[in-house]
Amino acid sequence: MPFNVLVAVSLLYVGLLFGVAFVAERRARGGSAVWLRTPLVYTLSLSIYCTAWTFYGAVGYAARSGLEFLTIYLGPTLVFVGWWWILRKLVRIGRAQRVTSIADLISSRYGKSNFLGVVVTVMAVLAATPYIALQLQSVTLSFGVFASDTPEGWALPDQGATALWVAAGLALFTILFGTRNLDANERHHGIVMAIAVEAVVKLIALLAVGIFVVWGVAGGVADILARIGASPIADWPLKPGRWAGLTFVSAAAILTLPRMFQVMVVENADERHVATASWAFPLYLMLMSLFVVPIAVVGLGIMPLGSNPDLFVLTIPLSQGAGKLALLAFLGGFSSATSMVIVAAIALSTMVSNHIVTPLWLALRVGSARAPGDVRGLVLMSRRLSIGAVLALGYTYYHLSGGSAALAAIGLISFVGVAQVLPAMVGGIYWRGATHIGAALGLITGFSIWLYCLFLPSFGEGGLISARVMADGLFGIYWLRPHALFGITGLDPLLHALLWSMLLNTAAFLIGSLASFPGPMERLQGVAFVNIFDQTSGPGGWARSAAEAEDLLSMSQRILGPEEAQRFFQAQAAAQGKLGYLPDPTPDFIARLERQLAGSVGAATAHAMISQLSGGATVSVQDLIAVAGEAQQIKEYSAQLEAKSEELARTARALREANDKLTGLSVQKDAFLSQISHELRTPMTSIRAFSEILMETDLPDEMRSKYAGIIHDETRRLTRLLDDLLDLSVLENRKVQLTIGVANLHDIITKAVTSASNTRPERVFVVQRDASAEHMPVFTDTDRLLQVFINLVSNARKYCDAERAVLRIEVKKRGGFVEVDFIDNGAGIPKTSQALIFEKFARLTDTSHAGGAGLGLAICREIMANLGGSIDYIPGQGGAAFRVRLPLKRSG
Amino acid sequence: MPHTQPLFLARRSYRRRRMMDAVRLLPGFGAVLIMLPLLWRTAETPEPDTAEGLVYLFAVWVLLIAAAFALSRGLAPALLVPEEPVSPEAGEPGENSGEAG
Repeated sequence: MPFNVLVAVSLLYVGLLFGVAFVAERRARGGSAVWLRTPLVYTLSLSIYCTAWTFYGAVGYAARSGLEFLTIYLGPTLVFVGWWWILRKLVRIGRAQRVTSIADLISSRYGKSNFLGVVVTVMAVLAATPYIALQLQSVTLSFGVFASDTPEGWALPDQGATALWVAAGLALFTILFGTRNLDANERHHGIVMAIAVEAVVKLIALLAVGIFVVWGVAGGVADILARIGASPIADWPLKPGRWAGLTFVSAAAILTLPRMFQVMVVENADERHVATASWAFPLYLMLMSLFVVPIAVVGLGIMPLGSNPDLFVLTIPLSQGAGKLALLAFLGGFSSATSMVIVAAIALSTMVSNHIVTPLWLALRVGSARAPGDVRGLVLMSRRLSIGAVLALGYTYYHLSGGSAALAAIGLISFVGVAQVLPAMVGGIYWRGATHIGAALGLITGFSIWLYCLFLPSFGEGGLISARVMADGLFGIYWLRPHALFGITGLDPLLHALLWSMLLNTAAFLIGSLASFPGPMERLQGVAFVNIFDQTSGPGGWARSAAEAEDLLSMSQRILGPEEAQRFFQAQAAAQGKLGYLPDPTPDFIARLERQLAGSVGAATAHAMISQLSGGATVSVQDLIAVAGEAQQIKEYSAQLEAKSEELARTARALREANDKLTGLSVQKDAFLSQISHELRTPMTSIRAFSEILMETDLPDEMRSKYAGIIHDETRRLTRLLDDLLDLSVLENRKVQLTIGVANLHDIITKAVTSASNTRPERVFVVQRDASAEHMPVFTDTDRLLQVFINLVSNARKYCDAERAVLRIEVKKRGGFVEVDFIDNGAGIPKTSQALIFEKFARLTDTSHAGGAGLGLAICREIMANLGGSIDYIPGQGGAAFRVRLPLKRSG
Repeated sequence: MPHTQPLFLARRSYRRRRMMDAVRLLPGFGAVLIMLPLLWRTAETPEPDTAEGLVYLFAVWVLLIAAAFALSRGLAPALLVPEEPVSPEAGEPGENSGEAG
């Protein structure tokens, strides 16, 4: 077949793809994208899993290792039939969080950590580079097949040049349809449609070659089975480790390959498509694998020894003269390669641009003014450059590696590399305790082991790792040999790298997560990811709210303070009948919460915050937390102010009280002074009056002596008053000198009764005593105590208004005190006056004036206080009753 | 966040729950079947077993696809429902798929 025809057909095919993509884009923009987004298209777009590695490489793999190639397709089959576990959750998270790539998923889950985004991006680019090189190589090789087999003898100009042209063409296509617009959802209708068409082409091509081989070259199914039995791969050298390991790694890779994530999660338009893909995609894989072994066996049988089994799909039809079938097969292989490269380039460029270029550029341009449109243009430009860079990397790898390695080996190395994301990803969506420290540790550990044990050695002897390191280990450390870590030899290099990288990766992830503490943002995202199915999604106000009670609680705690927020939530939960749980975010509850928050931050902010949380997808929790933090600061400040003003109020109150007291004291002092002057004035007046009379010369003697007697009495009264005042002042100031001695209480009382008997001696007055109880020693100032007793007895004599006055004196011992009660049988003291009797100048009546100035009881009280005891009025004893309490032992 | 889920389900919802269980079990079941050839000790026996292995693995494959097909037909409607809040008054409670989380 002439080279020109081949090139023409290729260009025609590419033109067709351009057309399909263009029409699909136009339809999508016109709004009639329904037919573009069917489960069928979704499933077909997943077929980019089957790259040129599948199309050509699977046959080569089967020819070398028998059935082992099936693991690469059985692993993904298990993942898809178990879609309810991970795929469904990933797709839901991807849609709810607007995830744009696998790096974005990891970064977003772990608190929007851009560091993790960068790590995953670098890993993905490194792992994908050989894979892209592989596609370029396969296209180049397939061109070469046609070149060498033609009798016309046209020679392929240059293999490198072909690869370069292919790479450039793919870059152009990807840039044209992959970066036309910046869609928030990162969906590319044109490209998805184009790869769906390519999926059909490659399936038909492989099935056609298979049918041709089984029923054209061989004699049907029975013949094929017989041929298998007779072929070099008749015996199945099943290696258990590789069988299980490869199934695992391919299952992991279909979840973590950036391009698979792109079509599976990012481009997903409807979750129900996953349900269809759960059986349709395994079916696709099965059909792609169905004829691989027959083609390999027939190829091994009929092709000359030494021909490349990777190209049997092309060379068998060519050798049988089926040129058109070979052309179809060529297009199938071409489709496989191009669709993979396109999607991988889009996925990687999104990651590189979002996580590396844009942050860097923005960081470098801090401070300079920029318009919003500026960033948009920047992102598109960085995407385009990234696509170019990714393809350039792939081409460089192809150029350097020389395109010699077997296809399958390169593919598996790539798979092990991307599988390192698995622990962080699965842990992130199932375990709330996973932290970004753990994720970073796991990713870096796994990635380093992969680099050292698998990726770098893949460049061959004398490549990036010297032969000496391979044999003796890094720095000559024996147990660091890349293919025998920790001295464990005899493992297959791939299995060895897979085992150690996944084990240590998972261990680092788990330990790092357990030992670290996530930030608030990370915890919010953790809840959003792990509990994705508990959140009802969908916009439209509070009625269909996606706000999580826990999110709301963590936000409210920042605003209201933990205690108040928790109290509010508990009360609401109790109102909903869910005591002990968080309340459901019902519209009513959210409205209440908003009102509550509005009290702290204002209505507008509260509404904005709640709508942000309720909106779900567009949450910029970081901003929210910043706002909440500011609000908290303001609140703290105002709380401080409040505390200060309270303190001021307290001080003012204290001052006012002090002032009141002073005023009261002043009033008391005035009253006291006026009382004193009154008391002093009365005798002074009579003394002056009578002394003036005495100055009369013609006064009879008896009158003179009478008036002199009155003057004498009044001066005595004055003297007594002044003595009392002096005594009181001394007692009040506690400056009195006490002369403590021992005396019998009985004697003191007897003395008191006797001394008091000259008060109103004319009255009949009975004193009842209990002599036996009275005999006890007291240690006190006996003169002072006597003074108190005399006062009490004479008061009773003076004021007791009973016909037959009786004074009862009772002595009791209680605790460390002696209690002496003086109880008479009079009318007693009215309740209102009981509080007054111990005050100075308190006289209940002026009628029974008996020469006292009203200081007696006041002095008694002061004396008892000085003696360490007390004197009280005891009401309800049938008359006036006073109780004197005296300590048995003088204390202090 | 615990939903107030009913203790007992209507017949249709009950079926659906068991289908969810089945689809969760399917990959484990498939993994066992796929790993079964490890017990054949194919590398040690002299008989050629590639052909048998091929037929066996494709049979397992077809079985898994068929099971996934049946389950996905039954479960696809369940994907629509989880958006709705669970209310005890509604006729069909317990449709929410929150229990996976």
